[in-house]
Amino acid sequence: MNARERMLGKLRAAVPEAGRNLAADNATISQRIAAHYAERRRDTSVHERVTAMCSALTAIRAEPCVANELQWPALVVAELVKSGVKRLLLDTASAEGTALEAAIRKADADIETIRYEKNIEEWKSELFDTIDAGFCVARSGIAPLGTLIVVPDAAAPRTISLVPPLHIALVRASTLQLDMQSVAATEGWSNGMPTNLLMITGPSKTSDIQQVLAFGAHGPCRLMVVIVTDADA
Amino acid sequence: MNTQTNTQALRFEPDFKSRAHDALADPKLRKSFRGAMDFLQSKRTAMFPDDAELQALRDLGEAVRKHALANLPELLVQLEEKLSANGITVHWAETADEANEIILGIAQRHQAKRVIKGKSMASEEIELNHYLAEHGVNCVEADMGEYIVQLADEKPSHIIMPAVHKTKADIGELFEDKIPDTHYTEDVDELIQIGRRALRHQFMEADIGLSGVNFAAADTGTLWLVENEGNGRMVTTVPSVHIAIMGMEKVVAKLEHIVPMASLLPRSATGQMITTYFNLISSPRKPGEKDGPKEVHLVLLDNGRTQAFADDELRATLQCIRCGACMNHCPVYGRIGGHAYGTTYPGPIGKIISPHLLGLRATADLPTASTLCGACGEVCPVRIPIPQLLVRLRTEANRNPHEAVAHPLRGQGAKYRRSEKLVWRFWSGAFAHPAIYRVFRWAATRLRALTPKSQLGWTQHRTPLKPAEKSLADLLNERGQPE
Repeated sequence: MNARERMLGKLRAAVPEAGRNLAADNATISQRIAAHYAERRRDTSVHERVTAMCSALTAIRAEPCVANELQWPALVVAELVKSGVKRLLLDTASAEGTALEAAIRKADADIETIRYEKNIEEWKSELFDTIDAGFCVARSGIAPLGTLIVVPDAAAPRTISLVPPLHIALVRASTLQLDMQSVAATEGWSNGMPTNLLMITGPSKTSDIQQVLAFGAHGPCRLMVVIVTDADA
Repeated sequence: MNTQTNTQALRFEPDFKSRAHDALADPKLRKSFRGAMDFLQSKRTAMFPDDAELQALRDLGEAVRKHALANLPELLVQLEEKLSANGITVHWAETADEANEIILGIAQRHQAKRVIKGKSMASEEIELNHYLAEHGVNCVEADMGEYIVQLADEKPSHIIMPAVHKTKADIGELFEDKIPDTHYTEDVDELIQIGRRALRHQFMEADIGLSGVNFAAADTGTLWLVENEGNGRMVTTVPSVHIAIMGMEKVVAKLEHIVPMASLLPRSATGQMITTYFNLISSPRKPGEKDGPKEVHLVLLDNGRTQAFADDELRATLQCIRCGACMNHCPVYGRIGGHAYGTTYPGPIGKIISPHLLGLRATADLPTASTLCGACGEVCPVRIPIPQLLVRLRTEANRNPHEAVAHPLRGQGAKYRRSEKLVWRFWSGAFAHPAIYRVFRWAATRLRALTPKSQLGWTQHRTPLKPAEKSLADLLNERGQPE
């Protein structure tokens, strides 16, 4: 008998009924959780969600800003210039990436845009030592928590939101939800998960030294969140 | 069966009582812990302004964990199937040694010399760093608190805040001494930036990233990691191999069942609504993806957990989600700190889990290091009846080692003494037989002058006990109200 069989054997001996009502009991608990969150959810307008997202982000020392589809690229460029960003990592092929590149050209800003083309192994030290900021688009957000749901992919990998000292994330106001349960249900997490899904709430931080809060522990020191409303909002 | 082979147990010296005594006499340590405990308690309280909401969430938390444990063998098999289908390799380790060997084996297959670690109490439990170092593999801790403790060649004194016993001045001196080109500072921002710089190249150069796991979902095959610093994301993203190690009890049935747990954990632990990062890992790097590990392994660790699982009452120990709220509210932990316990997991949770990991012989004093005030049970987000389990473990430690019971614990009877047993037998006999009781009562009151001045432990710090001149029955008799 190997370790697996021995461990499972001991567990099965203790709970011989295990698994008998698993599907039904799973559903009961899922329903209880869904009901718990549903009872606490109240109807809110997109505007209210944006306001909640902004105050939650401010409370955790992230830097929120609100702009419509036409305005946001210029706003981000202004912030990049102000922060002294010289090298920006982003997915230039995405609609948002294209818009941001165009705004950088229009502003004649001295910012080099870099696309994540190579595997991390091939440019690790360049990534760690020379990139000033990373830009990515969040799939959705949880307004009252100030949380971004980020699903990295081949064009916008995981390290964009992790390694550069400044992280700029774009989230559309229409995707803001009220709690994690509704995000999980709406996005169908149970049907299958991507390689990596991240919930990001503020810049990297720690209180490991005498309970004093300090930012920029290992991840980004700053997180700027652009909440994009509809063009006419 | 009571022979301690665990390396950790062999290093427990001196015993708990003298360590606790030393800790109590250390004003600096007392101040560090008092400050930290007050801070964490008030942060947690602020997170739960509405008691009804807290109780509703605790109900959900308890239900999710109890359901998972009731189906544990099935869920582990499901988790293994799902993870394997996703491309993650699952390993089963019955003992600390087996877990260490598995991890070393993976390292050797990759000719790895450097491991960068995220926070993992399970890896502390198996003394992984020590084991790998003996085999030429260097482990560096990347969590700031763990890094500080590792530099100081110490052990964590709290499961969430490992360096809680250290002041910023201690850390300033430590960094100046151990990190090249570092000047002394007490500025916390500066200290964190020094740590950040020192660890950044370690993330780049490490061959393997090792992490713990907070929750695992059996239905989707997802490992859910909770953290604030970003080191957990670094170690699970930058090196080309990721090894996760997890106590086998941490699996839950469905990903959506983790939602309330993910709310309870940070609020109970550090008083945050949510931590900076929830990192959900479901597969290694897929073709076309440009970062993330090419190989992901999960080590499922038993190391005594099946002993707690076997018993219907003690099984509740495994509901724990390692938030540390019990230690933050414990009057004993708050005074003696984490190191006095001598175990990986200190405080109330340590007192109920360590006897299963190490046996009652090595931990016999721990269940008695409690006032049974009940604070730990009251704050536990998954409603583990910690005081009740402490009493149960006291019973097992005092049980006759040869008494046959359904689920004997390793080290049963570690505190058993025949003389004590006889005293209790006499006591219960006297109470069960009125005639004997009356004789005893008569003798105790009339012969009270003979009560010894020295009454063992009692008189170390207290005046001797002496029976009253008249018993309650005598007094009632005098008032014309006989028994």
